[in-house]
Amino acid sequence: MARYIIKRIFMAAATLFIITFLLFLLVRIMPGNPFPSERMSDEAIAKKRAEMGLDDPVLVQFGHYISDILRTGSFGKGSSLYNGAPISTVLPTAMGNSFRIGGVAILFGVSVGLILGIAAALNRGHFWDVFCTVLSIVGVCIPSYVFMIFLQYFLAYKTTIFPFYFNNRNFLHSAVMPALSLSLFSMSTVARFTRNEMVEVMDSDYVLMAESKGMYGTKLVTRHILRNALIPVVTVIAPLIVDLLTGALVVEKIYGINGIGKLMVDAITGEGIDYNYVLALGILYSAMYIGIMLVLDIVYCLLDPRIRVSDRPKKKKSSAENGEGVQA
Amino acid sequence: MADKILEINNLDITFSTTAGPVHAIRGVNIDLERGETVAVVGESGSGKSVVMKTVMGILAGNAAINRGEILFRYKQDNGETVEVDILKKDKKWIRKNINGRRIAMIFQDPMTSLDPTMTIGKQLMEGMIMHLGITRQEAAERAVRLLEEVGITEPGRRMKQYPHQLSGGMRQRIVIAMAISCNPDLLICDEPTTALDVTIQARILELIKKLQAVHGISVIYITHDLGVVAKVADYVNVMYAGKIVEVGNIEEIFYEPKHPYTWGLLSAMPDLETDDARLYTIPGSPPNLLHEVKGDAFAPRNRYALKIDSIAEPPMFQITKTHFAATWLLDPRAPKVEMPEELKKRVARMLKEADRNGGQL
Amino acid sequence: MSKERTSAVPAAPAYVPTDADFAFDTTIDITTDRNYASQGFWKGVFMRFFKSVRAVIGLVIIGIIIILALIGPHMNSYGYSDIQSVTDPETGKEVTARSMPPHVPWLHKLTTGESYDDPFAEETFLFGTDSMGRDLWTRVWYGARVSLLIAFVTIFIDMIIGMSFGLISGFFGGVADAVMQRFVEVANSIPRLVIVGVLATFMPKGIVLVIVALLLTEWIGMSKIARAEMLKIKGQEYIMASRTLGAGNWRIIFIDILPNTIGPIITQMMFSIPTAIFTEAFLSFVGVGIMLPQCSVGSLIEDGFNNITTLPYQIVPPILVLAFLMLAFNFVGDGLREALAPRIEDM
Repeated sequence: MARYIIKRIFMAAATLFIITFLLFLLVRIMPGNPFPSERMSDEAIAKKRAEMGLDDPVLVQFGHYISDILRTGSFGKGSSLYNGAPISTVLPTAMGNSFRIGGVAILFGVSVGLILGIAAALNRGHFWDVFCTVLSIVGVCIPSYVFMIFLQYFLAYKTTIFPFYFNNRNFLHSAVMPALSLSLFSMSTVARFTRNEMVEVMDSDYVLMAESKGMYGTKLVTRHILRNALIPVVTVIAPLIVDLLTGALVVEKIYGINGIGKLMVDAITGEGIDYNYVLALGILYSAMYIGIMLVLDIVYCLLDPRIRVSDRPKKKKSSAENGEGVQA
Repeated sequence: MADKILEINNLDITFSTTAGPVHAIRGVNIDLERGETVAVVGESGSGKSVVMKTVMGILAGNAAINRGEILFRYKQDNGETVEVDILKKDKKWIRKNINGRRIAMIFQDPMTSLDPTMTIGKQLMEGMIMHLGITRQEAAERAVRLLEEVGITEPGRRMKQYPHQLSGGMRQRIVIAMAISCNPDLLICDEPTTALDVTIQARILELIKKLQAVHGISVIYITHDLGVVAKVADYVNVMYAGKIVEVGNIEEIFYEPKHPYTWGLLSAMPDLETDDARLYTIPGSPPNLLHEVKGDAFAPRNRYALKIDSIAEPPMFQITKTHFAATWLLDPRAPKVEMPEELKKRVARMLKEADRNGGQL
Repeated sequence: MSKERTSAVPAAPAYVPTDADFAFDTTIDITTDRNYASQGFWKGVFMRFFKSVRAVIGLVIIGIIIILALIGPHMNSYGYSDIQSVTDPETGKEVTARSMPPHVPWLHKLTTGESYDDPFAEETFLFGTDSMGRDLWTRVWYGARVSLLIAFVTIFIDMIIGMSFGLISGFFGGVADAVMQRFVEVANSIPRLVIVGVLATFMPKGIVLVIVALLLTEWIGMSKIARAEMLKIKGQEYIMASRTLGAGNWRIIFIDILPNTIGPIITQMMFSIPTAIFTEAFLSFVGVGIMLPQCSVGSLIEDGFNNITTLPYQIVPPILVLAFLMLAFNFVGDGLREALAPRIEDM
């Protein structure tokens, strides 16, 4: 178990390193000019290039880049090539904004989704089940940004229940719409997945066995059904968070939130591409993605006794206590 | 005096599926006397498990019980014997008073019938705590004794383990321990050995037999394996396409079978002495119960089918006091049909064998 | 010991048999199993698929949208990028049909009893016009055509790439598989967003960028499914038989195994197509996809969004087209999955 986790962490770190290198390589060697040539003289560009170390071999550049990140936490020479704002100062604020809204959205989406899914499975064929089905269809076929547009149009423009744009000083009130629209997809996915897992578990042999032992009602649901049905739900959360990252791009555009999504959009749609921002955000996004998958993977292992209490380490340590020690 | 513990009368069940209604159980009658062992034999899909799930009140939600009654007689805590129709009781009542406590069930596949996320001990204790009203401490002690009784070594350690850490045979022993943990009157074994290695099968059967004798439990075996039937049963019900087609005590079914389907089952049993190189199989496959059966459901696979078979369903003909079969061949007007030659030889061999073993099949 | 079995005897059947009924029935052929009449695998799949109401609805919706995408832009004389304008006879000035609400002369006459009182009195703009004066009906169906084309082309190519990758990886196993799976793992760990960002540093924004981004990401799911199918099929006897008959690896992979993986792959395609449409719409909405005057469902939604406070009707048609496409492909995908692997109803 511990071996597996260590191996998993090592793999994740290695993957992130490879991705960082690939991104760096692509951004550096692909055609394109990091400077607006029409606005700068050739000499100025050459000077700037030398200053930024862009004339060094790519590997040397990469070495500098990595050591900069590891030592000082700054991405690149500490500033964007264009507007001069240091990435290391822009990024934390943007991350804070994005994480707060994303966090609220995922918490809300997952918890409501869980409740809906459980209610649907326990009332198969009745109101909550139908509601859950409709919600999952809506969640699948209406992109979250369409939902956002509707929310904004009706709740902020037609009526003024919520403010049109996000505002950090009025977080609670102005975060409702972005968080709600972001959470729609996670909610519907979690609800549908939970429902299907529950239904499968409810039809399983071991639940029949528990019933034939005389278990019923709440005890049956909490002890046997929920525990087994909810463990796999952990596995759908990772892709949901990734989806959330994508959704955040549009949400931040629509609600004017200064988050990493908006930075990314600005970086790739701005007049000239902001190399360092793309690179820094690319690494950040990949790191978040890999980190989330890693954490959820480990959580899953800890939750499922079939993985947590495996007999394999016992043989290695040749002691019978090991297997039980984990359970204690 | 007959003391019937369970009486299933004219049970009739339809499943609603996406393909249409499936008439899976078409008037089943099964009786079981206290202390006896009855086997229900049939191919997969014949409805054996459905009947037993109905007894346990764990039928799937898409099943509708059209007719019938399941009478169960048991001694209440005050010593009074009562008779209930399980079909008339709600789920909660069945869970509280019947499941686990008076009727317990052993499922086919021990790999899937234990909760993978709960320790053996907890699963074993939860039924006892619920039904016997004992403390956690007492339940744990009892659980250890039960595990010893079903032949599990190091019971203390096993209690803390999860199902995936145990072998199939061991899991089935645990399932059995769970089944007998609350001293039930009736034990239903749904193919208890099918999913196990051949070497373990016999030991599990022995264990159930021993427990039955010690605790005075009546047992219903559901199986397609006539070898199992021969080892354990007093009475045999042969089931085909949702109906009992032949019933009798074990000698009658094995030595004087009357229904062509039973002949087929017996002939299909692998046997060392059969000289015929080919293993006999019953031609065709069981009917699709999505379509209502007209006449005798077995007729399309029956070498001895009569014209009447495709017109009317045969009634149960009585052969002896305990032996009944539903085939038109037993009608006085029907042509005399003897069981096939090959089977006759086999029966003769079985009889000789039984003589040598002192009357044991 | 006595066993009363009176209850076991059912009431005599209503039919009273005659002696003639007790002859052997020679018409029954016990050697033929009529329960499982030979029915081709694909025939069964088709029958199950068309039995599913949702799948058929999905198919019909897709059909209608494809037909409209093909003929819609040609149902009037406007081009998708043509700015509609007339010369006002009174002032002699050019008047552009900017931001007009739906404009249907005969319907207007029917409801109000009057003809339109504007320079475009005789023109029909079923969905209205956009802020530049282009006919939205034409643009919506042209956009749908672009979106569908991008989705079909990329998913088809992704299927070929992913299937080959997955089949080869699963078939050879061992070191090849390990290396290839590491590759998939790394590729799968790069969010699509980052790929788009990096591509945007050296590629012009537009259709090509969208297609390349989709090509780089969507094959992974296909390869995983193809590999899983390969692992399932690889060990079966008929492969062994084929090998003993002297078939080479490539023949086994592409002739013996590939046809048997096609079902799940097609199902995956049905789920990938809406993903592709969605991604295209998303990228266009964000501003790195389709560029004006070209249009796709996504860019039309963005256009509508930019004008939502003044011209809210503009956003409705593209959103409906997108939602129906997503819904329909998901329905068809679900139907196909169930038709390919029917779940036996629990008894």
